[in-house]
Amino acid sequence: MADEIILSMRSITKTFPGVKALNNVNLTVKAGEIHAVVGENGAGKSTLMKVLSGVYPHGSYEGEIYFEGIEQRFADIRESEERGIIIIHQELALVPMLSITENIFLGNELAQRGVIDWHAAHKRTRELLRRVGLNESPDATVGKLGVGKQQLVEIAKALSKRVKLLILDEPTASLNETDSAALLKLLLELQAQGISCILISHKLNEITQVADQITVIRDGSTIETLDCAANEISEDRIIRGMVGRDMAHRYPQREPQIGDVIFEVRDWHVFHEQYSEREVIKGIDLNVRKGEVVGIAGLMGSGRTELAMSIFGRSYGRRISGQVLIDGQTVDVSTIGKAIKHGIAYVTEDRKGYGLILEQEIRKNVSLANLAEVSSHGVIDEHAEARVAQRYRESLRIRSSGIQQPVVNLSGGNQQKVVLSKWLFTKPRLLILDEPTRGIDVGAKYEIYTIIDELARKGEGILMISSEMPELLGMCDRIYVMNEGRLVVELDRNEASQERIMRAIVNAGHA
Amino acid sequence: MKLGFLKNNLRDYGLLLSLVVIMGFFQYQTDGVLMQPLNITNLVLQNSYIVVMALGMLLVIVAGYIDLSVGSVSGFIGGLAAVLIVQYSWPVVPTIIATLLVGALIGAAQGWFVAYARIPSFIVTLAGMLIFKGLALALLQGQSVGPFPLSFQRISTGFLPDPFGGTDFRVLSLIVGIILALGLVAAEVRKRRKAQAHDMDVEPVAFFAMKNVLFAGAVMYLCWLLSTYKGLPDVLILMAVLILIYQFVTNRTTIGRRIYALGGNEKATRLSGVNTARLSFLTFVNMGVLAAVAGLIFAARLNTATPKAGLGFELDVIAACFIGGASASGGVGKVVGAVIGAFIMGVMNNGMSIMGIGIDYQQVIKGMVLLAAVFLDVYNRNRA
Repeated sequence: MADEIILSMRSITKTFPGVKALNNVNLTVKAGEIHAVVGENGAGKSTLMKVLSGVYPHGSYEGEIYFEGIEQRFADIRESEERGIIIIHQELALVPMLSITENIFLGNELAQRGVIDWHAAHKRTRELLRRVGLNESPDATVGKLGVGKQQLVEIAKALSKRVKLLILDEPTASLNETDSAALLKLLLELQAQGISCILISHKLNEITQVADQITVIRDGSTIETLDCAANEISEDRIIRGMVGRDMAHRYPQREPQIGDVIFEVRDWHVFHEQYSEREVIKGIDLNVRKGEVVGIAGLMGSGRTELAMSIFGRSYGRRISGQVLIDGQTVDVSTIGKAIKHGIAYVTEDRKGYGLILEQEIRKNVSLANLAEVSSHGVIDEHAEARVAQRYRESLRIRSSGIQQPVVNLSGGNQQKVVLSKWLFTKPRLLILDEPTRGIDVGAKYEIYTIIDELARKGEGILMISSEMPELLGMCDRIYVMNEGRLVVELDRNEASQERIMRAIVNAGHA
Repeated sequence: MKLGFLKNNLRDYGLLLSLVVIMGFFQYQTDGVLMQPLNITNLVLQNSYIVVMALGMLLVIVAGYIDLSVGSVSGFIGGLAAVLIVQYSWPVVPTIIATLLVGALIGAAQGWFVAYARIPSFIVTLAGMLIFKGLALALLQGQSVGPFPLSFQRISTGFLPDPFGGTDFRVLSLIVGIILALGLVAAEVRKRRKAQAHDMDVEPVAFFAMKNVLFAGAVMYLCWLLSTYKGLPDVLILMAVLILIYQFVTNRTTIGRRIYALGGNEKATRLSGVNTARLSFLTFVNMGVLAAVAGLIFAARLNTATPKAGLGFELDVIAACFIGGASASGGVGKVVGAVIGAFIMGVMNNGMSIMGIGIDYQQVIKGMVLLAAVFLDVYNRNRA
């Protein structure tokens, strides 16, 4: 294979308000190779791919992109696609109601003066489907295909655009073993046809199978590029590159005072909300003790949020079974109201979608989950309400012009504090935090950690879901590792490490 | 500071100002006919049923829904009352109770489809609109049914009696007006004192005083005008009581607060432990009852129930809410806004009729005013 370089991204730096997402990243891809990009959630992989594909247009980042030896300044996705760079996102961009043919040529119709030539489109589709090895009618509705087949449709769509560099973002994340294997085989076939590929994946075993080179990204910087052709690269070697970092002083000093078990879940099963035959949570037992911060690690899609929401008043899922115990007593948490009454609070991962009434002021957001406390006979005492909001504004240091400020104008960190205030006001025994620091800058993160620590000191039980492993290691007294709806490992504070968590996830993936 | 305050609150007072300007315009254009006591009385009577329904519609819209069926439902209820009273000789009070219950039931049925079956309210109430228009026709067999006994007509044609025996001037009506004006001012002052005691932001003193003087003056002036004719209409009193109740419910109660939260972000509200389905259901039940009240008022006013009663009312009611600043995407809107919106529509109807503008161009102008009001609102919000 020729050692010609097809893509070279040089010193890419991308800043979001308050956060440096990419810092001087370099990526070089040779023609006809499969180049893996690995890193933790939030390391900057997706941002890098968005820079490459023109989602972030030229000018919004620093650095240069050379493709086939020419500098490229993409203004949007269309331009990068014209050059033959095509990205397939983790969330597939297909229209479920349309047929395979319609999806493949969407936005790129084989048409003359706006009139589509369906015969030609069908013929081309049949060829493309043969190339990706998908044995389906071009008229089949995409929504009725499985995820694996939809993935193939996406690739066929990429092929229809004469792809030179195919970028796959976590293509096998939601695929089963057989579909994953088939997909990897297809990648190798495409490689043989001269198509280069950037593969982003958490599944290191798959990467070592197919990749020619591996670039490791951590905290927005390129750490190293490993050459698989030169010597055998082990998964441990990759993990070491992904995680090793300085962890001092990013978390408050904790002195946990752990008491009895206050919260317990037994044999918890949950089925998918839409596809009720799909089991999302497959029998989970866990407990949280007084004053303890318990973490749940796992990849996106492992069922962590589904677990938390199903416990919180069945706000997710169907056919839920299992027991929830508070202080050793079985309690009924079948509605959100009952869950709150029993002292469970859930701080969502999606602040804006599920946590806040954005247009309303801080005061009204804080009181919403516990209006009974500031009202009598259904009439709100606005002054009592204002006092409560003021108290939380001060104790959680919410930076705002006052409690009358609409939350839509607050920064992410301060919005998160408003959501926390709302749930603290319900006086929970167990506080479930789902990605508590997502989209928050470093300074505010520390403040959130301090709040969590203070709550644990006061004897509250905390269950913390996070995709950021350092955060779990820095804050938690105990960590459960979750994979595909099961808890695969339980690690104590002193035995937990990023390597062990990663390995638990990877090993579970093998099984 | 004061100018800044005025600027920030211009939107709240802008609406009231628009009503005043529109009234001034028609007062001038109609050579003073608009503000004559007889016409003012008519204006109140003509718009009462729109205002009553706007109160319920505001809650529906704030909750994030819409109800297209209110016109048909009010027509159907009017027809039902006529059939019960005229054809089945029911006494008035049981008829009123029964028809209000039927209104609640209709609201409950539509509310069930919206809240529990999760069918978009636009579709459910569009179906309701057709169904109850048809049922009203069937019930009345295409005929007008009437007249009503006097005691029923009184709902719309009654006036506050005057124990002082005034014939040219109704003393009690003026006294009620003065008491109402003073009461409102007193309530405002008390609210302001309490807010100050709790370190909350209040408007500048001069502004507060001016606002209250103007407001109290307007209330007393209107009551004085009405006193020189037949006095305060009963229906105005009913309307005022309802407005006060809904103002209180939306501003001070947990149920009101939750409706605003529901319209602002349904998922977040549900995850805060609020039974959003039941809340949605109840806003429709409430709407059904108010549509029934409006139906009775309208039937009593015409003194007959016709199959065409209620036709197109929903458009005026919905327009009133949107002119009054309610947001089509839910979560935003005020009772006072909807009431003023209803009167803006009412004054325009009335003024244009006096001026002799045909029904054709009246609609064109009303449509443009609706669009302009909402456009200005959106424009201001985007600029802020």
